[in-house]
Amino acid sequence: MTDPVVAKRPAGSGNPGAARGVRAAQHPSEAPIPPTPEAVEKTPHVRPGDRIFRGLATGSGVFIVVLIGAIGLFLLLQAIPSLGLDQVNFLLSHEWNTTDPNNLRFGILDLLQVTVFSSAFALLIAMPISLGIALFLTQYAPRRLARPFAYIVDLLAAVPSIVYGLWGIFVLAPLLVPFQSWLNSALGFIPIFGTGNVKIEFGGTIFTAGIVLAVMILPIITAVSREVFERTPTMHVEGAIALGATKWEVIRTTVLPFGKAGYVSASMLGLGRALGETIALTIILNYTNTAFGWSLFDGGSTFASRIALAAAEFNDPRSAGAYIAAGLVLFVLTFVVNAAARSIVAGHKEYE
Amino acid sequence: MKIQRHGAVLGLVAASSLLLGACGSDNNTGAGGSTSSATAASVPVDCGGKAKLNAEGSSAQKNAVDAFIQAYKAKCSNGDLAYNPTGSGAGVKQFNAGQVDFGGSDSALKAPAEVEAAAKRCQSNPAWHLPLVFGPVAIGYKLSGVDGLVLNGEVAAKIFNGGIKKWNDPAIKALNSSANLPDKDIAVVYRSDESGTTDNFQKYLKTASKGAWTQGDGKQFKGGVGEGKEKSAGVAQAASTVDGAVTYVELSFAQDNKLSIAKIDTGSGPVELTNETVGKSIDGAKIKGQGNDLVLDLDSIYGTTTAGAYPLLLATYEIVCSKGYDADTAKAVKAFLTVAATDGQAQLADAGYAPLPKAFQDKLLTAIKAIA
Repeated sequence: MTDPVVAKRPAGSGNPGAARGVRAAQHPSEAPIPPTPEAVEKTPHVRPGDRIFRGLATGSGVFIVVLIGAIGLFLLLQAIPSLGLDQVNFLLSHEWNTTDPNNLRFGILDLLQVTVFSSAFALLIAMPISLGIALFLTQYAPRRLARPFAYIVDLLAAVPSIVYGLWGIFVLAPLLVPFQSWLNSALGFIPIFGTGNVKIEFGGTIFTAGIVLAVMILPIITAVSREVFERTPTMHVEGAIALGATKWEVIRTTVLPFGKAGYVSASMLGLGRALGETIALTIILNYTNTAFGWSLFDGGSTFASRIALAAAEFNDPRSAGAYIAAGLVLFVLTFVVNAAARSIVAGHKEYE
Repeated sequence: MKIQRHGAVLGLVAASSLLLGACGSDNNTGAGGSTSSATAASVPVDCGGKAKLNAEGSSAQKNAVDAFIQAYKAKCSNGDLAYNPTGSGAGVKQFNAGQVDFGGSDSALKAPAEVEAAAKRCQSNPAWHLPLVFGPVAIGYKLSGVDGLVLNGEVAAKIFNGGIKKWNDPAIKALNSSANLPDKDIAVVYRSDESGTTDNFQKYLKTASKGAWTQGDGKQFKGGVGEGKEKSAGVAQAASTVDGAVTYVELSFAQDNKLSIAKIDTGSGPVELTNETVGKSIDGAKIKGQGNDLVLDLDSIYGTTTAGAYPLLLATYEIVCSKGYDADTAKAVKAFLTVAATDGQAQLADAGYAPLPKAFQDKLLTAIKAIA
């Protein structure tokens, strides 16, 4: 099977006539004698540009893996001594008291719950809106309008998170207070709308924080989804139109299935951002010592905001280690989220 | 080249003689600008030495040090200081490591480790604590229709640890017989970040509450009630949004956010927070340290029963070497601290701190003079 293939190549490429082609086919090793030795020599010969680029690319890849490994290792090494001194269960305790290095009591349960809960709430708001924006920009908006509109959405990502935080607590929170109070009184029988461990009047609830987070991750999800939706093969779209599909049916049968994997991984990217968000949440969320109760009107702090609150006064490696241990859990959490996102994308490869 | 170098030397000499002249004339005329404070004094300042000092530490005294730097630059035009407000712990660490010329801290050095390290850094001379900056802490509240609320240590402790939950609690009523206290929940707001303000406030409650505060002290709030916000700006802002809120915060933040400020009854009548009442309690403070090492006995401030002395203060120290600086650094450190203790006091009230009373200022100046 391989012979004719090899034989055909010089015939096709050379194209000087049938006779030559036939001869070439009969003596595959003879016909391309002049080029072959060169080709044989050239194949192992790598041009410097290739070599340099390959080296750079490999170097970058290795560098980032080593860097991440080093971060993980650093966190682990710094955390272990403090974890050994912890007087309560690190994974299951609500307590967080690191003032006395001789009596460290820290557990991450609340931090983990608040981090995951607020990010999930933000994602719940941001995902459908982003999907709408991305579909509008790629499918409905006139081309002339779509481009500037996309830039404006991208601009949201460039706003510093401290600005979001200040906006959240000074502008948004007071506006949301009546709405939150109403939700709490009307739907309080549902646990997530139940009375939380902070006063709604202050505005520093997970509800407020989640909405701000949603605005922050919106541009990320939108930008990536837009790129993916734009790459829907024209043949699919035209095929659907030819079968008499309406605009909505075209989107449902071609754009969405094609872009689903990209959309999900975009959302996971946004979730990663939400999990690690620090300053905005530090400003917005009301700190509390009461345990988290799965209500949107709870306060508390996330991994990142708890670390930010204490970072200014780190003066004992043992106390600092407690926060580093919390950082390690966030690191692992983000890793798990990203790995999940990758596996979802990998599982949907057939659409690409 | 030679000519240029000569020129430079000449210029330097001329400049320094001009500077010295400027300082001298200032000394002769006396510091006229600081008459607004009760601490006006014409103390000769020996400018010169190291051109740029470095200091690091407590963020609570940052604004005060900024005011001191301005006064120092005005007085000694070739002098400057960079203050890095990284927190008291970092300030002590950097001072002991010899990275900065003096440290700022809201607590005294811990014996024995920190004290020994500081002595080592000062070439086997003891380090001194100079309490240069006093920040009054206000119990700020927002309660419509109630002005001039009076609290005492015990009631304040119960409010901040959940023992008292309503504004019309009999214990509060007993201190405010004429006020129309509403039946409203008390919403406590505290600092969620670790802070010297929290530490001092809890120490005050421990000392002044007659046993009502059992939670101890430390930089994290331990009352167990209420909600935390980040930094002074955060707590003051939060407290100002909710009717019925109460918090502890540096005076300037309470004023900026239009919080009412509670008077504190120390046993001899309600005391309002003013420069005079704070000055009075600084004057009454006992010194724990030996000689010129002015470590304060904070209990004597928190537990004061002197009429008209406001007990709730945050004292921050400059931690300096008594000896062991090189000549240049010693000269500049002394010049800076002298300016800080005299001219620098003038702007402190605006920055939310209490200017030093005269007697205490003299104690500080004696100590500063003794630095070698």
